Amino acid sequence: MQKLLLLGDEAIAQGAIDAGLSGVYAYPGTPSTEITEYIQDSKIAKERNIHSKWSSNEKTAMESALGMAYAGKRAMTCMKHVGLNVAADAFINAAITGVNGGFVVVAADDPSMHSSQNEQDSRVYGKFAMIPILEPVNQQEAYDMTYAAFEMSEKFNVPVMIRITTRLAHSRAGVVRKPLLDEKTVSLPKDPTQFVLLPSIARRNYKKLIETRPDLEKISMESPYNTYTDASDRSLGIIACGIAHNYLMENFQDKALNHPVLKLSQYPMPRKDIERMVNECDKILVLEDGYPVIEELLKGYQEAGTPVIGRLDGTLPRDGELNPNIVAAALGLPIEEGDVVPDLLVGRPPAMCKGCGHIDAYKALNIALESYGPGRVFADIGCYTLGALPPYNAVNSCVDMGASITMAKGAADAGLVPAVAVIGDSTFTHSGMTGLLDAVNEGTPITVIVSDNYTTGMTGGQDSQALGHLEQIIEGIGVDPEHIRVFKPTAANLDEMVNIIKEEFDYQGVSVIIPRRQCIQTLRNKSLVLKVKELGL
Amino acid sequence: MKSDIVLAGVGGQGILSIAATIGMAAVDKDLHLKQAEVHGMSQRGGDVQSHLRVSSNPIASDLIPKGKADIILSVEPMESLRYLPYLSKSGWLVTNTTPFVNIPNYPEMEVVMAKIAEQPNHIAIDADKIAAEVATKRSSNIVMLGAASPFIDIEFSALEEGLRKIFGRKGDAVVESNISALRAGRVATEEILASRN
Repeated sequence: MQKLLLLGDEAIAQGAIDAGLSGVYAYPGTPSTEITEYIQDSKIAKERNIHSKWSSNEKTAMESALGMAYAGKRAMTCMKHVGLNVAADAFINAAITGVNGGFVVVAADDPSMHSSQNEQDSRVYGKFAMIPILEPVNQQEAYDMTYAAFEMSEKFNVPVMIRITTRLAHSRAGVVRKPLLDEKTVSLPKDPTQFVLLPSIARRNYKKLIETRPDLEKISMESPYNTYTDASDRSLGIIACGIAHNYLMENFQDKALNHPVLKLSQYPMPRKDIERMVNECDKILVLEDGYPVIEELLKGYQEAGTPVIGRLDGTLPRDGELNPNIVAAALGLPIEEGDVVPDLLVGRPPAMCKGCGHIDAYKALNIALESYGPGRVFADIGCYTLGALPPYNAVNSCVDMGASITMAKGAADAGLVPAVAVIGDSTFTHSGMTGLLDAVNEGTPITVIVSDNYTTGMTGGQDSQALGHLEQIIEGIGVDPEHIRVFKPTAANLDEMVNIIKEEFDYQGVSVIIPRRQCIQTLRNKSLVLKVKELGL
Repeated sequence: MKSDIVLAGVGGQGILSIAATIGMAAVDKDLHLKQAEVHGMSQRGGDVQSHLRVSSNPIASDLIPKGKADIILSVEPMESLRYLPYLSKSGWLVTNTTPFVNIPNYPEMEVVMAKIAEQPNHIAIDADKIAAEVATKRSSNIVMLGAASPFIDIEFSALEEGLRKIFGRKGDAVVESNISALRAGRVATEEILASRN
């Protein structure tokens, strides 16, 4: 069969389509975005009418996917690691409800924080929920694992997590497809109480989940993705999780690896393989791209038994993404580095685009704040977070989706004047609306700037759920229409913008200011331009 | 065969199109390929790189180890120097000479060019100028691919075929323009090599 050249993300998408997927639910988030985008563009997905529209946030996505699985069809939800925090309530409880149609949760982690605010490891969540986790080492495994995950989910009545990291998500390689399976038809769960997590039923379901444990360990033992390769030098055994296995093997392309290696790509851990390594080797090195999850588990608290080395004892760096050189250093192998980076080199941090509307909004905001002083602006997650960098130095926080409005509220409650929030249109509908309601209910004096560019900009211009009804939502939440101020952020409008912002600083209640101009990166998106025109924006 | 290439540039300069073209050629030739890209925040005018590995044998790591790259292919002069630790002693540094200045503290060009010239194996060409002459200025990335092509162990015709597939949807004119850019880059390098012999 013809090889497709696919990103890890795209391999997951194709694997899901070929496994008979009926719907993907997601909110854009690097490095997971391309999974859903691939399905949106897929010819088969269009022909089959596979659901692929963006959700408002990861929680609504997770729940919609669970609903589809309730109705007997195969469903998938995809998110970046921090998105799983947003969806965590639904996620953990989906393990207690179990599934009807196969349910796959893809979590894309970002060690080294290439585009994220932390590097949390989703395998911890998978373990927390007590569900199987699949961690592919390459694009073909990403495809094959996804293809098989739906059946695994149905067979063991649990959601299945696929955990990848940025490197695999955004790396391309050849993938061979398997036969396209039919979609499932609508069917109800056999037990009508299965999804009713009243305590009495939840207790029953939870016992069932616990009872699944030995079966899940058994399939991990039998999994083709977990392999134990024995070797003569047992002074050291190596456990290599997910793509860490690639970095290990890269160092042994032209020489033999004489230590036993356990390649670990399916969890719960294959107990017998682990026990074998503990019993047969003098010391164990654990390589994992993320938190020292397995290392900590093996090491325990008492440091008894076979010594375990890795991220916790400094053999590997405690944080950041692994690579072949870091693994080489851990093994004491020489590195033939090229020339050093010359001193003349300067950093080139990402920046807002030339001509971006956020820039004009920040210029006005900075002027309006001059008489108050710095330190009063709570920002959110999006391109406008880059306003924290010079030359703007315009914002003082970036924590999680929606936190701008609620942090401004708390600061206002503490007496900070003015307390300003800056949030994008898409982030506002993701997680800003509920916080705004809190402020409205208390009449908290905050000035919320919803910098509206009609899109989810940072991740590449996906649909914004706010498009066409942003003011209606804000009015509906209860903001006084007189204090919902819309303007076009341009250099020519600077004075007008400054005046409006100052006026709203003086208002002792909730104000929402909407600087509104299309993201310049989306100007070539004809359907969006047309839609904006139709909406009269 | 094996070609480990570090592609370098600034977000938006089109290094992913270079990678896609080589990738398409590699798949057509039934070669193994791994290509690690940078998406997300850095694409907003930050420094970006892509590790592209092509081999007749299976490839383990998506990332090239330090000191192992056969080529640094950069569409921007300062960025070509950022990845020197990855270049092997016998590797080639192939770079565009037109700077992309979106920072206030960009170093002086003479210093940058002198550092590039220190590399024993280097090709430095003004890809923006060549692109403007033979195609459009936007094709400077493909000029650079052409300039690096003598050092990539893939037939030149396969790269041309790759361009046809990548840009086919945009029409014949775009395809031909890019092929002109590819060829002009190749010629530029061949002339430099001939002049040194």
